[in-house]
Amino acid sequence: MTHLVCCVSAEEERRVRANDREYNEKFQYASNCIMTSKYNIITFLPVNLFEQFQEVANTYFLFLLILQLIPQISSLSWFTTIVPLALVLSITAVKDATDDYFRHKSDNQVNNRQSQVLIRGSLQNEKWMNVRVGDIIKLENNQFVAADLLLLSSTEPHGLCYIETAELDGETNMKVRQSVSVTSELGDPNNLASFDGEVVCEPPNNKLDRFSGTLYWREKKYSLTNQNMLLRGCVLRNTEACYGLVIFAGPDTKLMQNSGRTKFKRTSIDRLMNTLVLWIFGFLVCMGMILAVGNAGWEKEVGSLFQSYLAWDTPVNNFLFSAFLSFWSYVIILNTVVPISLYVSVEVIRLGHSYFINWDQQMFCSQCNTAAEARTTTLNEELGQVEYIFSDKTGTLTQNIMTFNKCSINGQSYGKDTHNTCRLDFSLFNPLADPDFCFYDDKLLESVKVGDSCTHEFFRLLSLCHTVMSEEKSEGELVYKAQSPDEGALVTAARNFGFVFRSRTPGTITTTEMGRTVTYSLLAILDFNNIRKRMSVIVRNPEGRIRLYCKGADTVLLERLHPCNQEVMSITSDHLNEYAADGLRTLALAYRDLSEDEWEAWSESHRFADKATDCREDRLAAAYEEVEQNMMLLGATAIEDKLQEGVPETIAVLSLANIKIWVLTGDKQETAVNIGYSCKMLTDDMTEVFIISGHTVQSVRQELRRARERMIELSRGSGGGVGKQLHGSPLPPPLPLSNLMDNISGEFALVINGHSLAHALEADMEAEFVSTACACKAVICCRVTPLQKAQVVELIKKRKKAVTLAIGDGANDISMIKSAHIGVGISGQEGIQAVLASDYSFSQFRFLQRLLLVHGRWSYLRMCRFLCYFFYKNFAFTMVHFWFGFFCGFSAQTVYDQYFITLFNIVYTSLPVLAMGIFDQDVPDHRSLEYPKLYEPGQLNLLFNKREFFICIAQGIYTSVVLFFVPYAVLSNATQSNGVPLADYQTFAVTTATALVIVVSVQIVLDTGFWTVFNHVFVWGSLGSYFIIMFALHSQTLFRIFPNQFHFVGSAQSTLLQPVVWLTIALATAICIVPVLAFRFLKLDLKPQLSDTVRYTQLVRQKRRKPPEGRLGARGGSRRSGYAFAHQEGFGELITSGKNMRLSSLALASFASRHSSSWIDTLRRKKHTHTPPSTSGESTYRLMT
Amino acid sequence: MVKQESESANRPDNTAFTQQRLPAWQPILSAGIVIPGFVLIGLAFIGIGVALLVTSRSIQVLELDYTGDSNGSPCSSCSQSDIANCKCSLNFTLTTLFQGPVFFYYGLSNYFQNYRRYGASKDDNQLYGDLSSFTSPSSSCSPYNYDSSKKPIVPCGSIANSMFNDTFTLTRTVSGTTNNVTLDGKGIAWWTDYNIKYRNPSVTPLKNAFNGTVKPINWAKPAYELDASDRSNNGFVNQDFLVWMRRAALPNFRKLYRRIDASGDYQKGLPAGNYTIDITYNYPVRAFNGAKKIVFSNVSWMGGSNEFLGIAYLVIGSLCVVMSVVMLIVYAKFKFPDEE
Repeated sequence: MTHLVCCVSAEEERRVRANDREYNEKFQYASNCIMTSKYNIITFLPVNLFEQFQEVANTYFLFLLILQLIPQISSLSWFTTIVPLALVLSITAVKDATDDYFRHKSDNQVNNRQSQVLIRGSLQNEKWMNVRVGDIIKLENNQFVAADLLLLSSTEPHGLCYIETAELDGETNMKVRQSVSVTSELGDPNNLASFDGEVVCEPPNNKLDRFSGTLYWREKKYSLTNQNMLLRGCVLRNTEACYGLVIFAGPDTKLMQNSGRTKFKRTSIDRLMNTLVLWIFGFLVCMGMILAVGNAGWEKEVGSLFQSYLAWDTPVNNFLFSAFLSFWSYVIILNTVVPISLYVSVEVIRLGHSYFINWDQQMFCSQCNTAAEARTTTLNEELGQVEYIFSDKTGTLTQNIMTFNKCSINGQSYGKDTHNTCRLDFSLFNPLADPDFCFYDDKLLESVKVGDSCTHEFFRLLSLCHTVMSEEKSEGELVYKAQSPDEGALVTAARNFGFVFRSRTPGTITTTEMGRTVTYSLLAILDFNNIRKRMSVIVRNPEGRIRLYCKGADTVLLERLHPCNQEVMSITSDHLNEYAADGLRTLALAYRDLSEDEWEAWSESHRFADKATDCREDRLAAAYEEVEQNMMLLGATAIEDKLQEGVPETIAVLSLANIKIWVLTGDKQETAVNIGYSCKMLTDDMTEVFIISGHTVQSVRQELRRARERMIELSRGSGGGVGKQLHGSPLPPPLPLSNLMDNISGEFALVINGHSLAHALEADMEAEFVSTACACKAVICCRVTPLQKAQVVELIKKRKKAVTLAIGDGANDISMIKSAHIGVGISGQEGIQAVLASDYSFSQFRFLQRLLLVHGRWSYLRMCRFLCYFFYKNFAFTMVHFWFGFFCGFSAQTVYDQYFITLFNIVYTSLPVLAMGIFDQDVPDHRSLEYPKLYEPGQLNLLFNKREFFICIAQGIYTSVVLFFVPYAVLSNATQSNGVPLADYQTFAVTTATALVIVVSVQIVLDTGFWTVFNHVFVWGSLGSYFIIMFALHSQTLFRIFPNQFHFVGSAQSTLLQPVVWLTIALATAICIVPVLAFRFLKLDLKPQLSDTVRYTQLVRQKRRKPPEGRLGARGGSRRSGYAFAHQEGFGELITSGKNMRLSSLALASFASRHSSSWIDTLRRKKHTHTPPSTSGESTYRLMT
Repeated sequence: MVKQESESANRPDNTAFTQQRLPAWQPILSAGIVIPGFVLIGLAFIGIGVALLVTSRSIQVLELDYTGDSNGSPCSSCSQSDIANCKCSLNFTLTTLFQGPVFFYYGLSNYFQNYRRYGASKDDNQLYGDLSSFTSPSSSCSPYNYDSSKKPIVPCGSIANSMFNDTFTLTRTVSGTTNNVTLDGKGIAWWTDYNIKYRNPSVTPLKNAFNGTVKPINWAKPAYELDASDRSNNGFVNQDFLVWMRRAALPNFRKLYRRIDASGDYQKGLPAGNYTIDITYNYPVRAFNGAKKIVFSNVSWMGGSNEFLGIAYLVIGSLCVVMSVVMLIVYAKFKFPDEE
């Protein structure tokens, strides 16, 4: 790899000579063998260990291990560190090894694909990895392109070939590539074998849409562009075969250059944890210093005098040096405040949560047969803290399926709103009909059947005026390949209504009109562009009549109609408004008859414009404009951009959870706003929707300012009479802008255009933009580039310090998916690029609410509880040594047995807290969907922050004080009942350790809110294992084998048989736990969190559901209704109190009830069997769920 | 059919575990559990506390300091001289019967048996009777593993070297006559220490095992001659040695010296009267401001006197009761809105 990198970095241009391996080998270009794996069998151990020791934590523990090997310092045996360290390293190593194994497998599979290489004039099969730069290879239809190729020739005319680039950029539509004309004539292998052109081009890079190079052949230069290139990862389509010259191979290909290592994402909890760990290190050093100073003092005052019994070590012999050693000794024994198992445990918990996401049936889409997938396992708890969602539109909010929904023909509107009426069956009428097409108004079909000329002309237009390609695999089995799904929908509609587009050649279009095959000669295509907003075709029908068919945006088309259309136009306009209000995408259709002379004249001017060298575009546009006049209106079409299932509800629930949703789309403003309305982001009762579409810095700034002024004004107006007073002031106060903007109360929305966004994102305006946009309830950015999407995300990340989530499905969303804290890919139709770049993927937008409100919330909650407990536990465990230091001459004597220290974190207390971290639930999943407000603690970072951390460690330190001083006070004078004093070290150690294990177990019992069978097994099992292992370690058998290692022989037995010891443990436990219990109870009573309330009512309800229903009889209903009424009152306010809770309560209620309908059904069924159903009872259930 | 199959292959399993719907007990700190719980715990603790306090009060303890710090005290002369086996005696009077069984402890203060280096300074293999460790004691014993002439020390290390070597005899003066109170030194060490952890090498006579080794520097007699009166009480299983080797957890500690033999006049304990303790004062502690004392104590079911435990139980118990009242008041005022 290294030589490759140096080679690439040195490469300034690439020279490739076809069919000349010797020449090309001089440059040592990379071969076509790819290697994404990191290790092989020999390098695995060293490389993996090297990588692992780059983690600070691991190095730290290695350092500790080395310290422990110095006898003067070693306050603990080496195995107390090496056992956990080895465990951690091996778990990670196994994971890395498995990952790498799969990479090896996929590399092998790719490298061993076959391709046909032209070697010495004949085609030979070669493995992909043996293909070299400069080889000419043959590709066949539906084959993957093996390397980045220069297209030389193809079986299609003009050296054309079609490719699909889904794997590269996610776009599924086909693209055309064309070879340079001189090479396209080479054709067959014999000619190609003698081809010796030389290509000089740019060095390898990752720009997918750009290529520049020159072909030198036969003393001539030909410039090469991206149009001539076939990139690795593409698939050849609709082309029998083609030949290409390998320019870039293997790691140099654009595909591989793009698949750079993804940026490693960390969660905010991760960052907080790292900060805290650093603080703890600081704390550890402080403790060490204090104890070292203590040791110096002790050695000076006491130790020096005590030498007759405890001589100083010869190398030490000085109280200062002893203090120095003591510092390191204490660093060793106090290191358990930063337990090595922390990171591993966190990873295990996250992995568990990821599996729960993968396993969730409610995030499984049965239509696409895909389950949700947590592709990154390290971000789960951040899902519980999301504040901003950036969503793509096409394919994410919408299905990217366009359906021909309504149309207006000659002033008559067809198409019904309700889907209750039965679907039309076209198969009898038209054998070529697409069976998937749905339409619900039979009047239109009637009108076609009776031969209404306008209707026929309408569909004729749809079947002719488009750029769709057709593929007819077998007779009647048509497949349309459309650039845009809108066009596909229109052509399919025409097909079903009897005007079937069959095939096209450059000069003709063949259709089957009402069963009759007609071939039109295509005279001209006046193509679509964004300024024209329309496209036209000029065709000559078999009778020789020339007609121009035009379809386009109503705004442009209606201006170009013949004056005689006035009447139809006004009716059609009404229809168009209607359609637009429904959120449909509309197009107006018109035609114009051209006489032969007109055609000739225009054709001449067109040819002239086409050949112009300067301003060709403008001249063409002018020529088009000339002919697209005086047209006759045919009607209009309305296409539904189908929303994905449950999108409005999801958006409503998410905004109730205080999550702000921004739509970033490459689509036009109108479409984007349309979708905004149809998914209820924008509503008619919004105070105001601001549209920012300025083209200059000034205008954008002005528009933003105006929007802000308006917001402040309106919200003041609604807030009280204050607004009136300030109304006269020309400018709003400029400085307290952010404060003012934070308190905007109205309902605003912002729509901003890509070109305006470019200005708004500039450094001097971004603050204004953010404050304006964040005051709005909905923000829609349209016509944005992929880069801008990422910039917007970065801006919010930077300015708002909020957790962002980006969701999208296309290649254009990758940048934003990568730059957001969490990237979600929709595994839909648009390729898999977005999914590959994402952290989570699923197939429906609506799963987002479950991912965030259920999984994210739980993950966050669990992780926070886990961390709190973990820090508490380790401080309680470790700080005992600190207190003991004051009584043992600061000698770094441990309180506990060293085996206990080794096993405490990895055996005695790891599993219960892991079980809590994996399984805990405060409220069931459907509750968190019902009360989105439950999501708020995560956004506000309430459950684990620096304050919580200090509370935890304070509790831990308190516990350690109790755990040391209670046994100290009790045991110092206590004796066994046979007179033997209990104050010996081993009894003290066993007592303290047992008390510690019991206290932390009781604490986890208190902390666990959801006792599954695993929690029971782990909690009681860990406690049991403590006693079993302790008795085993203190047994005679082990001692007899290793008398040197097991000093504690007999201690467990001798200690735990003493009632005083148990009384001590009980006392210590009570002193530790009683205050916690009292505090929690009072907090629950005085300041209950929403989750507490929900949990409480849930449990009360469960209890109430249990009493025998038969006896309740008719009273049951009224009693429940009384309860439910109170319950509703309690929560109604909670739901309506939030600023963003603007969703109509009706929608929410119906949504909630829809989700729990199955539950209602079962209850209803139950009720039927026991009591006569009463309306009040039923409505009660609805409210309760 | 094929489609069906592939669909079920991708669909996640519908089990309670994968869907996170495992049956679970969801406890909540409801008033109905917490308040009565506090009352119960409180009452139980108060009960135990009272019992402990009563028991503890019934235990008799007699402590006598014999360090000899102050000039008038009986052992001051011995404490200031370095003479081996310096004798001094301590008198005390019991006005009532000292209920038996009576235990005789010696206590040391400001003595750091819990110092890490001190605690590590022994060779477990040696003490387990491993002869190879006799000739080459572990380095952990340093600097007490070899003497100045490079001969191995057995038993090596600081703990053994610093073994307490004052001896005591107790006499009772009844109407002018002095008679010895029999002290029983059997079974004062831990059973596991005596039977398992410490072993003499299986060499007879024991003396031969110690050939080529020297006794610890501070010792007057070698290990195999610790108890002249009882041959089995020698070497590493000497009771006094075992008691000393079980290091104390805290700097002020006492260790069992003897039991008063419950026979003859002493069947019920130490009767009232005048007693004298004759001390052979060998162990210097004044250099490090240590103190030595003699303690007589009897025991109950819960061991020796333990005021702290009883008081702590009473305090915690009452606090629990008080807390439960507070919680009841709070609860009554701010109960859950839905509570009936």
